Amino acid sequence: MTLGYISKRLFHLALIMFGVSVVVFLMLRMIPGDPAQLLLGEFASPEELARLREQLGLNQSLFTQFWIYISNIVQGDMGHSIRTNAPVTGEIWVRLIATLELSLAAMCIATFFGIAAGVMSAVKQHSLWDYGAMFMALVGVSMPIFWLGLMLIYLFAVKFPLLPMMGRISLGLEVPDVTGLMVVDAVVAGSWQSFVSALKHLLLPAFTLATIPMAIVARITRSAMLEVLNMDYVRTARAKGMTELVVIFRHALRNAFLPVVTVLGLNLGLLLGGAVLTETIFSWPGLGRYVVDSLSGRDYAAVQGCILVFALLMAVINLAVDLIYVVLDPRIRVNE
Amino acid sequence: MSKLDMFTDLRKSASALTGLVLITLIVLVALFGPWIAPADPLIPSPLIRLQGPSAQHLFGTDSLGRDMLSRVIYGARISLMIGIISVTISLIPGTILGLLSGYFGKRIDSIIMRCMDMLLAFPAILLAIFITAILEPSLTNTMVAVGIVYIPHYARIVRSSVLSLKGMLFVQAISHLGGGHLRILIKHILPNCLPPIIVYATLGMGTAVLQAAALGFLGLGAQPPSPEWGAMLSEGRQYIQLAPHVAAFPGAAILILVLGFNLFGDGLRDVLDPSLRSQ
Repeated sequence: MTLGYISKRLFHLALIMFGVSVVVFLMLRMIPGDPAQLLLGEFASPEELARLREQLGLNQSLFTQFWIYISNIVQGDMGHSIRTNAPVTGEIWVRLIATLELSLAAMCIATFFGIAAGVMSAVKQHSLWDYGAMFMALVGVSMPIFWLGLMLIYLFAVKFPLLPMMGRISLGLEVPDVTGLMVVDAVVAGSWQSFVSALKHLLLPAFTLATIPMAIVARITRSAMLEVLNMDYVRTARAKGMTELVVIFRHALRNAFLPVVTVLGLNLGLLLGGAVLTETIFSWPGLGRYVVDSLSGRDYAAVQGCILVFALLMAVINLAVDLIYVVLDPRIRVNE
Repeated sequence: MSKLDMFTDLRKSASALTGLVLITLIVLVALFGPWIAPADPLIPSPLIRLQGPSAQHLFGTDSLGRDMLSRVIYGARISLMIGIISVTISLIPGTILGLLSGYFGKRIDSIIMRCMDMLLAFPAILLAIFITAILEPSLTNTMVAVGIVYIPHYARIVRSSVLSLKGMLFVQAISHLGGGHLRILIKHILPNCLPPIIVYATLGMGTAVLQAAALGFLGLGAQPPSPEWGAMLSEGRQYIQLAPHVAAFPGAAILILVLGFNLFGDGLRDVLDPSLRSQ
């Protein structure tokens, strides 16, 4: 992988982010009404409004306004939330970590069960297991995850109260904030009770969020494995007398991994979108719920910040996937 | 492939058939809703609030005592309409942009495709939320938002088909014989792009229904008292401990409709576009 390739991609990323900022800037100005009023809310005093108008350059040309806006963003200043009056950047950061914890947990569940189901389906092609797993995968992508979340809450929190309904940890078991990831912080604090509580709180939302990626990973793993299992080198491995497990996991799965990794990466973006719904259902204090709350509270500075962060995350993930892809498949490097 | 072959293949595909049965079921429910619904979906009866399923109310009643079965039946019309209109909103501009981008290439291509990249830079649901919030939450704006979000998908699919068709001998022959750009695009390239578009539009109906329901669930879509399935689920969420059936039935209805489109789309893809089968 050349340095040139990476810098070209980084340039591309910067370009996309610039475009996204333009879109967000224009969209917020398309909302009928005075942007200063929108940003400060209807109870703002005339002095406050005048100050913000001055600050945003609202009485100047659109171009100057854009310049002020973009230079603030580049410096990490995304304005103040009208609901808490705190800087949006800080508010987003705290919630981003919560979303990250949820998404990582969901990704682990999706990867493990998705690959396991896909491999089993491919190895036992046309069996009852294969048809059952693939039908379930289709149900998984067809299901509204907010409905699944509600049904899981009913089943595991209401009917059989095994798991908590909402939140990140039980009251009174909070641990000092080190990484922001509740499960990790509980381990750092050395509290077994807090760890179990955090894990229990994570289980339902993570599983809900994992459904769609899990279904997609299962389908892709199956088709990639089917392709690989017919290859000569797999036959050779079998002929050498390797056990079936070694053939499947060392020879086949490794080579089937490429499409799976790509799909996993693309699904990280899907997870971010899914987080909006999952966090709303489970009252998980993450970025997704923050967007929805900010929108209903007409907190446009917060909305703007979240959208930029989401877009940046998506762009970084896509870039990372492409780079990992190049590392995994040396042929791409040669062709470049 | 002749049309006859296509129908024979479709008939043999178990997934296409199952999908078709599910879709037909919901279409029939939507068409004959007023005749089969046991009650008015909008009239409240405060005396029978949040009752579980019974012989009188097969799906129970909601928080205002309205018959859930009737609401789910009327909701079928709304969801089907959402699917059809949203897909049309993304399909038409998406196809035109894809045709122009792929056929003319160069600067037109890069301008169109960079704009599409920009739309793809957001998670779909987030962009839809943002658009509905700007346009004011309503059913119409939900369809517009979901439609806009998926324009880039169609543009990309059509563009890649056009790119491969453009180099083909028959297109070059017509061009050398003096065929105008418009004529080549509409009469010769577009018809050959149709199979992937049809497949994607079928699968897209399911996606559109899901996204619109999600917006309804977040309170940004159809507004009460409309019996839209997502909005009904949102109401059901408040009563999940007391009356889980209020959330269960509309969600199951969404699942059946989306599953229908996905099964049918998968089957259609195997028949129309075997090259995509590995996906």
